[in-house]
Amino acid sequence: MASPLTKADVKRIARLAHLELNDDEQALFAQQLARILEYAERLKNVDTTGVAVTWYPGAESEPLRPDVPHHSLATDDALANAPAPGPRDLFRVPKVIG
Amino acid sequence: MTERDWTVTDLRDAVVSGETTAANICDHFLRRIATADPHLNAFTAVLADTARARADDIDRHRDVWRDRPLLGVPIAVKDVICTRGTPTTGGSRILAGFCPPYDATVVSRLQDAGAVIVGKTNCDEFAMGSSTEHSVYGPTRNPWANDHTPGGSSGGAAAAVAARLAPASIASDTGGSIRQPAAFCGIVGLKPTYGRVSRYGLLAFASSLDQIGPMALTVADTAAVFQVIEGKDSRDATSTSCGVLDLSTVFPGQADGVRIGVPRAVLEGIDDDVGCAFDTALDTLTQRGATVHDIELPHIDYGIPVYYLVAPAEASSNLARYDGVRYGFRATLDADNTSLQAMYERTREEGFGAEVKRRIMLGTYALSAGYYDAYYVKAQRVRSLIKADYDRAFQEVDTIAMPTTPTPAFRIGEHLDDPLAMYLGDIFTVSANLTGLPAISVPAGFTPSRLPVGLQLMSRPFDEATLFRLADAYEQDAQWWRESPPVTT
Repeated sequence: MASPLTKADVKRIARLAHLELNDDEQALFAQQLARILEYAERLKNVDTTGVAVTWYPGAESEPLRPDVPHHSLATDDALANAPAPGPRDLFRVPKVIG
Repeated sequence: MTERDWTVTDLRDAVVSGETTAANICDHFLRRIATADPHLNAFTAVLADTARARADDIDRHRDVWRDRPLLGVPIAVKDVICTRGTPTTGGSRILAGFCPPYDATVVSRLQDAGAVIVGKTNCDEFAMGSSTEHSVYGPTRNPWANDHTPGGSSGGAAAAVAARLAPASIASDTGGSIRQPAAFCGIVGLKPTYGRVSRYGLLAFASSLDQIGPMALTVADTAAVFQVIEGKDSRDATSTSCGVLDLSTVFPGQADGVRIGVPRAVLEGIDDDVGCAFDTALDTLTQRGATVHDIELPHIDYGIPVYYLVAPAEASSNLARYDGVRYGFRATLDADNTSLQAMYERTREEGFGAEVKRRIMLGTYALSAGYYDAYYVKAQRVRSLIKADYDRAFQEVDTIAMPTTPTPAFRIGEHLDDPLAMYLGDIFTVSANLTGLPAISVPAGFTPSRLPVGLQLMSRPFDEATLFRLADAYEQDAQWWRESPPVTT
């Protein structure tokens, strides 16, 4: 059985995932994630010695294409959905450098 | 033939022959949406103005466009698929107001084929869920029983077709999101082979599992839409060239000589009514000349834990893009903490719903240092064993049959407090995504309380033809699609 997740574990994961999570969510997720992970423990019963991983199903595709310039999204279109448009062709974000 | 039985093919033929106009058809379905959708909540946006304009344009150019395969056919599009200039939110607050600057490839192909996009359909947020309850727009209701879910995540797309609000829809399937709601709503839904349909313009959930596919009332209609959207696309590096499907070699479907494999051991414990409908469906196919063989899929029970590690892991990465910078929602910050980190965390906290946060947390955990090998890599190895089970089975049989779901539709709210219970219902659908195999769900009757049941058929990679052939042969004797749900008319 998996060791139960603590609220501290949940806070650490939330930080990695860029999620704020309030106290109630931390408590709820600690309990629900522990239950789901406990269920996932059954994978340990499967002998996978020498078994390759499957990252993607199906045939390998050829992801390379000729390196030819082509049109991409126009700047105005790319900026049109910005929640905080900046001056000129910029996205506005909170101050990053002191 | 009554209005309620209008198929994609009927509608296209009626426009081509001049029996009616694309505008009349469009108005008919827009009226049906206006009447019934307040009860169902299948649509997140109804595109009445653009649909009418498009239909008028088709009517003006009918003689030029008459050979287009979906001329004048209204199509509903799941709200995880980008439509240029019209809202695409994935059922999430974090994409509130987002209007994509481009069309998904499937949308462009539908429009080139003469289809009319009538609206965007409700879904679980970012397609994460099996009930369409996890949407910022509220739950969609099952047209057959309004206190039941339509399934999910493509519940809106399924309910819309079942209630005759659109003759067909396109949706996405990452672990059963087309097939399970198709089964719960009594319609046909296809999850094509991984790589067969371009995903350019799909809001990515789990990139090794996601696939776009059609939903419709009949197998022939599903194939007609599939034929338009399939094929290689230079904008999706995972899309594959596999030749074009020739429908004239598929319909009318034949079951004669088809070997159907049934993994009996897996079916223990399913709902009695579902089991009964499944056995009756197999009898129907046997009478049409198919043969049924017992097969073993020893690792299929591990599909759920594998899926619920791999899909959230990929989701936690894919959904990192929603950070409040370039599009969608951005949270208002407290005056004492206006850092970039606070903006990310608060935006994602307020923008995502509970199920999405749960899966991002689960996936982040499975990928984090110290757990990556034990959970994520282990799951990807067991995934190989599941795939090997299917490869072995397909040496003996042409198709594998299962019920699409172990139970009929459940009630709204029934599993909301117990995510694991909801996940376990995906047992028969997730392996098609883990292996990349094509799978179709077709209506296989009703429970005594009039809830639809689905029959799922799977086949070898890129052999959708066998699915259509067999499903159509079944449908010729089992025309469940002609029964329409008791929605308000």
